[in-house]
Amino acid sequence: MALLEVRDLGVSFHTAEGVVHAVNDVSLTLERGRTLGLVGESGSGKTVTALTVLGLTRSENTELHGEVLLDGIDLLELPPAKLRSVRGRRVAMVFQDPLSALHPMYRVGWQIEEAIRAHGRVGRNAARSRAIELLRSVGIPSPEARADAYPHELSGGMRQRIMIAIALALGPDLLIADEPTSALDITVQAQILELLARLQQETGMALVLVSHDLGVIAEQTDEVAVMYAGRIVEHGPGEVVIGSALHPYTRGLLGSIPHVDRPRADRLTPIPGSPPSAVRVPTGCAFHPRCALARPSCEREIPRLSPVEPHHRIACPVVAREVTRARATPPS
Amino acid sequence: MLRRLAWSALLLVIVSFLTFLVFYVLPSADPALLRVGRQATPDQIAQVRSTFGLDEPFYEQFRIYFTDVVTKFDLGYSYYSEVSVREEIVSRLPASISVALGAFVLWMVIAIPVGILTALRPRSRSDRAVTGVTLVFMSTPTYFLGLVALFLFARDIGRFPLVGGAGTYVPLSEDPKAWFESLIWPWIVLALGFAGLYARLIGEHLREAMAQDFVRTARAKGLSESRIVMRHGLRAALAPMVTVAGLDLGYLLGGTILVETVFNIPGVGRYAVEAIQNGDLPAIQGTVLFGAIFIVLAVLVTDVLYAVLDPRVRY
Repeated sequence: MALLEVRDLGVSFHTAEGVVHAVNDVSLTLERGRTLGLVGESGSGKTVTALTVLGLTRSENTELHGEVLLDGIDLLELPPAKLRSVRGRRVAMVFQDPLSALHPMYRVGWQIEEAIRAHGRVGRNAARSRAIELLRSVGIPSPEARADAYPHELSGGMRQRIMIAIALALGPDLLIADEPTSALDITVQAQILELLARLQQETGMALVLVSHDLGVIAEQTDEVAVMYAGRIVEHGPGEVVIGSALHPYTRGLLGSIPHVDRPRADRLTPIPGSPPSAVRVPTGCAFHPRCALARPSCEREIPRLSPVEPHHRIACPVVAREVTRARATPPS
Repeated sequence: MLRRLAWSALLLVIVSFLTFLVFYVLPSADPALLRVGRQATPDQIAQVRSTFGLDEPFYEQFRIYFTDVVTKFDLGYSYYSEVSVREEIVSRLPASISVALGAFVLWMVIAIPVGILTALRPRSRSDRAVTGVTLVFMSTPTYFLGLVALFLFARDIGRFPLVGGAGTYVPLSEDPKAWFESLIWPWIVLALGFAGLYARLIGEHLREAMAQDFVRTARAKGLSESRIVMRHGLRAALAPMVTVAGLDLGYLLGGTILVETVFNIPGVGRYAVEAIQNGDLPAIQGTVLFGAIFIVLAVLVTDVLYAVLDPRVRY
């Protein structure tokens, strides 16, 4: 059984401007110890998907559909008390901006100890020494002294290391890192990614890495899912999705949609237009207004995610048809 | 910090000078005339003037007064009763402090849980009820509420005689039970106006705090909802409240004029009222100065306290 299985997940928010369908029909599978990259622009639903796994989008204004199975148990249906025992213990999370994600008025050591003591009885001293150990394992120099620092006294990279230490406190099976490097300096980004990779190897936990940056994803994911307007548009092994992306949106993200009718210099083009408003998603394929390959049929039908190769699926019938045709007619 | 202390001292000087100035520029009554009584000869009036130094020029009077305050903390003697103003105020302070502290504790005890409730259930029935009740009590004058309380519950004139009425104040050191009974209604009357306001403020701060990222982190840790609210949300919500609460408490410690008058409590507030009625400049000066000192102290203490509560704040 897969560690995490997301089936037909739908998340909608009731807002003053109307219902926002943030996530639609998202299905994902993640085996133990593996890494899944979730890519997309802001507003694509990747963060909402990640938060929903931990039940952090639950509210009276949220509607949830589908299933989020952790070892076969549906987290969406779990009563609050049971969900609470999953949080931090089995599934942990690292957020985008460590400065706002850490409580500004508590020492970082205290915040790590709190995570350690959140489930089960752990003495104060035991929690303290475990916190120091965690600080050391996330690469914080002189951890005894740093434990007494407040978040604002540390650098951005340090703060994110603290967040990671909190997440790792109880040795979770799954770590969800939501844009863990986006708020950091470029030089620090690489360090944090390396740290995550190293910790994953040491602990054998599975990792969901959410990012808008394909570069970040390409580095260290086994599988990649590309999201657009709340749906997965391309899914497959990391090197395939990055190396030979098929969906027009993914290729746009990679900045490599070839325009045959333009000179070579113009080949690298940003995706025209901007992501759709969350309330008014275009009909049919949400990407069609920005897509160079759009056909009239794209406006009508929501494309299904279908395989073009055994492990490579895209939600674009236009490209899928071309791929099959190219395969059927051997090169002359 | 030194700079702040210097500013505080300067502020106190300015306050006393302004009180002096107001008294002289807008004389409500001639202290000498009030002192000598109805059938006084001009000679007697002149003599009273010179005894109290009222014949000296304005700035000279202020200089004498100010020197005494700074060097001996001598606030002079009442024109009216010839009692030392400092002693009079100090002897009345316990009553005022009893009223202020008791009311403060009471309104916090009401406001914190009500604030939490409204924050966690925004726009619910309880939230709206609090808003409504807040408006009623904030817009009801203290003396009206106080009189209603007396007519309803005072032992002498009340419909349901439960507690002692006006003028039954007994110092805590003499009889704690009587002290408590005489103050329970003053506390309630004073606290009600503040409690609603504070409940709303705390509710707003808490609602803001609960939407912060660190609360999401606390949830992701798998903490219980009550711990998330009390340790994470409330901690962030109450820190900025310290400034407001300190200032209000400091203001009340200097004497609560309306409540002390309605319930006839011999505190600094009533002394101030009597002083104004009698044109008793030293007493007016003294009560104003004491009030200002309490506020200045409150500001200093809350600034320090705020820096302790929120480590990001530095001086």
